[in-house]
Amino acid sequence: MAYVAVKGGEQAIGNAHAWLAETRRGAAALPELEVAQIEQQLGLAVDRVMAEGACHDRGLAALAIKQAQGDLIEAAFLLRAYRTTLPRFGHAAPLDTGAMRLRRRVSATYKDLPGGQVLGPTYDYTHRLLDFALAAEGSAPEAAPQAAEGLAEAPRVTELLAREGLMRRERASEEEPADLTRQPLTFPASRPARLQNLARGDEGFLLGLGYSTQRGYGNNHPFVGEIRQGRATVRFTPPELGFEVEIGEVEVTECQMVNQFHGSKAEPPQFTRGYGLVLGRGERKAMAMALVDRALMAGELGEERTAPAQDEEFVLMHSDNVEATGFVEHLKLPHYVDFQSELEVVRRMRATAAAPKEVAE
Amino acid sequence: MAVLARAGGEAIRAHLADTAPLPPHSRLRGPETGLVMLRGRAGGDGAAFNLSEMTVTRCSVSLPCGTVGHAYVAGRDREQAELAALLDAALQDPARRPALLEAVIAPLAAVQAAADEAEARKAAATRVQFFTMATMR
Repeated sequence: MAYVAVKGGEQAIGNAHAWLAETRRGAAALPELEVAQIEQQLGLAVDRVMAEGACHDRGLAALAIKQAQGDLIEAAFLLRAYRTTLPRFGHAAPLDTGAMRLRRRVSATYKDLPGGQVLGPTYDYTHRLLDFALAAEGSAPEAAPQAAEGLAEAPRVTELLAREGLMRRERASEEEPADLTRQPLTFPASRPARLQNLARGDEGFLLGLGYSTQRGYGNNHPFVGEIRQGRATVRFTPPELGFEVEIGEVEVTECQMVNQFHGSKAEPPQFTRGYGLVLGRGERKAMAMALVDRALMAGELGEERTAPAQDEEFVLMHSDNVEATGFVEHLKLPHYVDFQSELEVVRRMRATAAAPKEVAE
Repeated sequence: MAVLARAGGEAIRAHLADTAPLPPHSRLRGPETGLVMLRGRAGGDGAAFNLSEMTVTRCSVSLPCGTVGHAYVAGRDREQAELAALLDAALQDPARRPALLEAVIAPLAAVQAAADEAEARKAAATRVQFFTMATMR
């Protein structure tokens, strides 16, 4: 199946895009949205576009959201396209999420843990009732209360378990990780390739897959060991300096999902972890990513692979919403020649099927 | 560099206005915007993986005396990158360094530290004690 090049239609296309611009603007009597307003007041949408567009830049993501009229997949597509115009300076040192400036940190496995449960600016425990006060134009809310002191040290929950030997340790490796922006995915995929794929994957797709593991399609009894949200320092070694410098910070959300593991011939029963890390405050996605990451480990842990979430080819080849939207949406482009040939074939088949009948009579 | 990387170009310029004017500089490269690939580690402490790219602006300048300064800063603020490179060069001069540290770096660092502190206190104000109900099971 293929679509064909067509000529003509320039004027109609031009007019359609002019109408698109008018539609995007909405009623001219209303003030126009500023990019900075989107960046500040639709921050979670900005976070999602940065994560799925795989490019951290709040201003560009906000602009993409404005241009796409809030269609976040279209916005991620715009951001992906823009990033291809920029040169690559290199790669940063791995973020030290253990040392991030925390805004939120919760654990569902330990009630009392060093550093405590810190809710941060969360929707958890809200009543999900529409707040009509927000519909009225009002002044800014009062500043959030501040405690007398900041946060205490908050060590990783997984480390507490690992120290007791109850948590499978991550394999340390200084190997150069695969980079999906440079090399296509190959199977079996390495863990770094899987994590990169999931980190830029579609939130809805990962959420559905993660949910499927909970409902029994590859169940692995997950607990949220820890969710950490905050700002991590970005360290980069400029080639002309030859030593590491801090070049800024990024807000990230990390989820460590703790899962039962019955043990294998080589390993005793212990807990294993699924890992999620995403740009911004995409907590739902970090959780879903951690569930899917753990499900994809089925093969190496010797578990039976029966469910879609455990099938790495199925998961990794369909997680990218820019690729998916490209292939699904291309169906609406002209396929006239293709369809003509199918039409011919079906007509001929019908004629052939009808012919012997006539002869028999 | 860490302080300048987190300060906007406008703020750096404002503080520079309070100090003795810097010598004219010439641009060796940039300011130009590109990408740096961010990395994470599996499980937070395992093998590195590529997380996402981020926009970064870099600039290299030289002073009449020949000193070269470099800067890489997150984002697309070209003024910030150029001023950071200029300061990187000027701070290498022992005669200028104390005044620049006092007039530019220290006040910017103080603002950043105060913002970090305020955020940490807001976070601490949301720390909870959960009580487990025996009847929940």
